[in-house]
Amino acid sequence: MAYSDKLMDHYENPRNVGAFDKGDESVGTGMVGAPACGDVMKLQIKVNEEGVIEDAKFKTYGCGSAIASSSLVTEWVKGKSLDEALAIKNTEIAEELALPPVKIHCSILAEDAIKAAVADYKQKHAK
Amino acid sequence: MSELKHPIYLDYSATTPVDPRVAEVMIPYLTEQFGNPASRSHSYGWVAEEAVENARADVAQLVNCDPKEIVWTSGATESNNLALKGAAQFYKSKGKHLITQRTEHKAVLDTMRELERQGFEVTYLDVQENGLVSLVDFEAALRPDTILASIMMVNNEIGVIQPIAELGELCRARGVLFHVDAAQATGKVEIDLDKLKVDLMSFSAHKTYGPKGIGALYIRRKPRVRLEAQMHGGGHERGFRSGTLATHQIVGMGTAFRIAREEMAAENARIGALRDRLWAGLQSIEEVYLNGDMEQRVPHNLNVSFNFVEGESLIMAIKDLAVSSGSACTSASLEPSYVLRALGRNDELAHSSIRFSIGRFTTEQDIDFAVKLLQQKIGKLRELSPLWEMFQEGIDLNTIEWAAH
Repeated sequence: MAYSDKLMDHYENPRNVGAFDKGDESVGTGMVGAPACGDVMKLQIKVNEEGVIEDAKFKTYGCGSAIASSSLVTEWVKGKSLDEALAIKNTEIAEELALPPVKIHCSILAEDAIKAAVADYKQKHAK
Repeated sequence: MSELKHPIYLDYSATTPVDPRVAEVMIPYLTEQFGNPASRSHSYGWVAEEAVENARADVAQLVNCDPKEIVWTSGATESNNLALKGAAQFYKSKGKHLITQRTEHKAVLDTMRELERQGFEVTYLDVQENGLVSLVDFEAALRPDTILASIMMVNNEIGVIQPIAELGELCRARGVLFHVDAAQATGKVEIDLDKLKVDLMSFSAHKTYGPKGIGALYIRRKPRVRLEAQMHGGGHERGFRSGTLATHQIVGMGTAFRIAREEMAAENARIGALRDRLWAGLQSIEEVYLNGDMEQRVPHNLNVSFNFVEGESLIMAIKDLAVSSGSACTSASLEPSYVLRALGRNDELAHSSIRFSIGRFTTEQDIDFAVKLLQQKIGKLRELSPLWEMFQEGIDLNTIEWAAH
């Protein structure tokens, strides 16, 4: 399959690979997808006291597009507020990486991962 | 600047290069000896006809049958279509039940689906965990109205060798016709049609160092097997398959099969040693699983699942190797390999499989390069894998409720 240079760059040099402590109060963890479908994304955000995402990490089991999509969103969410992060649309991810049509689901999964990570963080802080 | 080089070819089960010795004998039949083998009135035709008959004898000799039992086709897919549709349609007054297995090539499975549309009933047998069909299951599936069974000799994905001799005995005892797709078997396993109770057998040239676009169907004469032709025209090939014979292709297939007969023993020993070297190297990696039986298997094939790594990303990571993935992310559908699923492999393992197929031009250096590359890239992809992380933490992935999407 022919992939764009941007996608290949994210695949070959993935940004922000790793993990934060799930138990940390400032960390929100989102895991989406299923092994049966061939992709699982784990996205973690670290949120400071002003409610800004100051760091993000990911691990992804999946095809090249899935790895690139999740690598890209770790870059995009950094410096954003939770609401700004939630506003990231899968179509923007797909466009940035020039995902082929059969790989659009990877960008949807990446958007879902952001939503799941934010939801986890909010749940930890719900009073 | 990176040096431009071809990836190492480890996909001989997809196709093989034409052996240079084969290509050489084909060329004169394109430019000089271009006659139509069906032309009876001049030497151009006679020369072409003689070449076709010599090639037929070479193909017959590899599988120990009478050359009169060999019919040329465009390849194994056409041979499978002609055998299954031709026999089912000819013998339909005797019964409407057919038997095959779930791990057949699509050329058999899709033909069976078409026959179901035509009113036949098909039993698709499950295979055992090692990829082999159970003789007990097979015998139990035979019914009084069964007219035809089709089981491949060597599986294209996992390389396992089905018990054709025993299956043939079961069929013959009940008067059921037995078709065998041997596209992946020629030059890899001994085939003796004098001994095997096989009625129809499909062959392909391009899996055995011959050209693409040519194949053959063996049609037994004693006891005689009849087929309804699927291609009508000039009555070539005794009416079984009309169409002007492609002399150069046929000469290529004949030569390729002659070389296979002469060199098979030595070649299998060499390739087996390379395969063992590859498997020994891969076993240095954790969580690596072999798919299919190791004993009942051609030496050319190694199908391996790398747990917690997804197949397509692995193929991308090892782009210096030309291999196939059982994960269909690489093809149009997003389903994992139906063959691996039929072995009972779970989704993760089915998604993480790679088929290595070794051949005539593979070297020890190729294998050593492949092992080194895989050791390195598997490590890198597992660093990226949340499943690997969970496995390292001792979490059983089967206990997780995944949100399917």
